Amino acid sequence: MNLRGALAILTNELARFFRTAFGSILSPVLTTSLYLVVFGAAIGSRMDPAQFGGSSYGAFIIPGLIMLTLLSESTSNASFGIYMPRFTGAIYELLSAPVGVAETLIGFVGAAAAKSLIIAAIILGTATLFVDYEIAHPFYAVGYIVLVAAAFSLFGFILGIWADGFEKLQIVPMLILMPLTFLGGTFYSIDMLAEPWRTVAQFNPIFYLINGLRWTFTGTSDVPIALAFGLTLAFVGLCVAVVAFIFRTGWRLRD
Amino acid sequence: MDGPILQIRDLTKTYKGGMQALAGVNLDIRRGEIFALLGPNGAGKTTLIGAVCGLLRPTGGTIEAFGQDVQRHWRSVRRRIGLVPQELSFDMFARVDHSVTYSRGMFGCAPDPARIEQVLRSLSLWDKRKAKIRELSGGMKRRVMIAKALSHDPELLFLDEPTAGVDVELRRDMWRQIDALRENGTTIILTTHYIEEAQEMADRVGVINKGKLLLVDDKATIMAKLGSTEARIELAQPLADLPPALTPYQVSLERGGRTLVYRGGDGSGKGKREAAAVIKALVDHGIAFEAIETRESSLEDIFVDLVERGEVTA
Ligand SMILES: Nc1ncnc2c1ncn2[C@@H]1O[C@H](COP(=O)(O)OP(=O)(O)O)[C@@H](O)[C@H]1O
Ligand SMILES: [Mg+2]
Repeated sequence: MNLRGALAILTNELARFFRTAFGSILSPVLTTSLYLVVFGAAIGSRMDPAQFGGSSYGAFIIPGLIMLTLLSESTSNASFGIYMPRFTGAIYELLSAPVGVAETLIGFVGAAAAKSLIIAAIILGTATLFVDYEIAHPFYAVGYIVLVAAAFSLFGFILGIWADGFEKLQIVPMLILMPLTFLGGTFYSIDMLAEPWRTVAQFNPIFYLINGLRWTFTGTSDVPIALAFGLTLAFVGLCVAVVAFIFRTGWRLRD
Repeated sequence: MDGPILQIRDLTKTYKGGMQALAGVNLDIRRGEIFALLGPNGAGKTTLIGAVCGLLRPTGGTIEAFGQDVQRHWRSVRRRIGLVPQELSFDMFARVDHSVTYSRGMFGCAPDPARIEQVLRSLSLWDKRKAKIRELSGGMKRRVMIAKALSHDPELLFLDEPTAGVDVELRRDMWRQIDALRENGTTIILTTHYIEEAQEMADRVGVINKGKLLLVDDKATIMAKLGSTEARIELAQPLADLPPALTPYQVSLERGGRTLVYRGGDGSGKGKREAAAVIKALVDHGIAFEAIETRESSLEDIFVDLVERGEVTA
């Protein structure tokens, strides 16, 4: 294991992030704040907390909004992080260096996850300006947020290796992750859906992610919490296996 | 440690579309030499370098560097190899010093600001160390590429067309850099399609075309084997026949006997001596002439010749 190499990539990626930190942080924070103002404070004050496991509507949607940010930031940070050097050709250096799966994951995926965690923390901080919320299980909340950031940074990394154009980098978060997050119960409880949509919703993997995080915040969830954790861990495992396969075969990297 | 620093056996590479870029290459590189890989565009030079440096997976064959298989022992082998690719490719928004420090770290070396300073100074980049790479001129950008490759002190350095698109002055400067590296014991493999460059720099030359190495030899041997001198002597009066005194030499008459042409030698000076002897014989026999033109064949002629013949047999 080339620890110095891994750290070099990690710090280089983070330096790239801080070069443009203002823009990268401002946009997700602003979007989330708007949701909180409109849905949490304005509309939410008219909602009946009984429908949302006893918490205020504002507090109910925070886990979903955090999840939305984590998914889109992790995915796009990681996918751009590895796609850019492929695009400019700078990847030659990585490919010729004594850098393997472990170093790449620590460097690229670690940096992408760290970036989205920073953004998630800032959003959680700004959220206190708009709604009152508490975190029922802070230890699990932090652990789960880190796990999801890692999972989707891995996913983004794979996306960045698969993509052969900038459109594909944007299409997957826009056309898959966004809709699934919105339909995954960010703004409603599954109990509010009629059949068949209630059943359909359960096939949406992001539904489990949101409810897993919601449990750590409010202590209530539409799904068994072990199932949500288990699915997330399985997803991490799957992504690590795909990355290992990519390095073993050189797919898209050493064709 | 007398074995070759790099040993390539039956190396083949067929790209996805079916393009065979390497068609069974065998090559040994000696420790400490400068080896020039010479070939036209599309010959397979970049592919060969890519296969050694880990940029692509060969289809067949084996590569050993420092006596170790480069695929099995990729970690230890890659630490000792440096690569300056053909294209300028890096994060254009990074600072020069950061970019070079990053490279050193990626290759697993401990931070060493003094060594980075040394590398930057040797490439006249020290004054520009805080500039963003995109602010530099093309030639300076290329130096940054070299600095990045040297940052981990490789024993084996690949330079893929190091002077393509570089002006004459910078090219001479780069040749001096390469010489200095050789002085330090670095083994250098460079590709070029400028014959002049191979002639100036290399100890040995390999000619590659269509994925095949057509010839590998010492530069001097190639010149001796294939080099020649041509002397054209414009005579004052046309000659009907060659004077007997000239029969030992490879001479002929052209343009109706008005031009006497000598072709011969081996690039080692024999041709020049014989041409002088031919002229002396003319003077001795009272044959007047008005002009003499002599020309040494260069690697370029040899190269064109080989590539053309190679294509005929392929
Ligand atoms: N990634 C690739 N995919 C398909 N064909 C390629 C690829 N890279 C190079 N080639 C082809 O392989 C041949 C050798 O290319 P290259 O090694 O770049 O030659 P050189 O460096 O000598 O100019 C060329 O015909 C080129 O078009
Ligand atoms: Mg090339």
